[in-house]
Amino acid sequence: MKKNVVIKINESWCKSCEICVSFCPKKVYDMGQFYPIVARPEECTGCKLCEKLCPDFAIQIIIPEETKKTK
Amino acid sequence: MDYLYYLRQDKMPHIWCDGCGHGIILKSILRCVDKLGWDKNDIALVSGIGCSSRTPGYVDFNTLHTTHGRALAFATGLKIANPKLHVIVVSGDGDATAIGGNHFIHAARRNIDITMIIYNNYIYGMTGGQVSPTTPAHKKASTAPYGNPDEPFDISRLAQAAGATYVARSTVYHVGKMDNYIGNALQKTGFSVVEILTPCPTSYGRRNKEGNGVDMMRYQKENTIGIEKAKNMSAEALAGKIVTGVFVDKEQESYLNRYNEVIKKAQSGV
Repeated sequence: MKKNVVIKINESWCKSCEICVSFCPKKVYDMGQFYPIVARPEECTGCKLCEKLCPDFAIQIIIPEETKKTK
Repeated sequence: MDYLYYLRQDKMPHIWCDGCGHGIILKSILRCVDKLGWDKNDIALVSGIGCSSRTPGYVDFNTLHTTHGRALAFATGLKIANPKLHVIVVSGDGDATAIGGNHFIHAARRNIDITMIIYNNYIYGMTGGQVSPTTPAHKKASTAPYGNPDEPFDISRLAQAAGATYVARSTVYHVGKMDNYIGNALQKTGFSVVEILTPCPTSYGRRNKEGNGVDMMRYQKENTIGIEKAKNMSAEALAGKIVTGVFVDKEQESYLNRYNEVIKKAQSGV
């Protein structure tokens, strides 16, 4: 498990299609009333599948530099 | 990578519906361009009319939004006038195979150095859900309320038969494959076609009771078969399945070389 993965959701661009909620392999997201909620951030492995599958450019996954170097 | 660097952020958020896969394809194009390290000013993104053809509006390349089906005609002119440009055409299934059908097969035959990315959502989304040449038989559309009586086009096979040098098909769910195919197509010299199957929950899924974007992407996840595996399967077993993979990958002389030869001969005055 990678630590310190930052998940940013741009709510003004999100259209609540729930693709991130449905396809995250670790089920990190839960659906809120309008936008996804990062419910289990400790489960996130930083695979960036949600970022790639988000059609609305609304998710940004930031992996700090030190974890990037160890890859 | 930073997607926002390549976007015209004042045009965002885009107009595509929730659950539409067009944004996923756009992201894949941007990732491939970023990986190749191409400068924004060296790329021309050309489109016709339709949902897919909104793409150039959101991207900070040299962009051209042309008439319905004629994106390839404009792109051909661009490429010949300035061969240094990386010309990418984005087109929908109706735009590429109905209105622009002839431009499509003849650009493939001519083998001009253009990358064409076809967003296939089985329907004319923007204009109101009319039946398109790739709408599967018996599926409903606004102009086929009792089911579509026609058989659909297979865009990849069509491009292959017409003479394209690189043809591949993927779905939006399989992002890794999509990245590979678009990346290969961008680097290929000659006419390269990548067909991406993308869900249209608003116009297609709703009428055919296929659910929302997530349900349609789940269908893609569960019903996709690689082209190598599909070769050994019967037609009955393949019914309702999506065959993805690289259909053609060959080397052939590009149109630009031959055109330059013509220019040389004409200028030598023989």
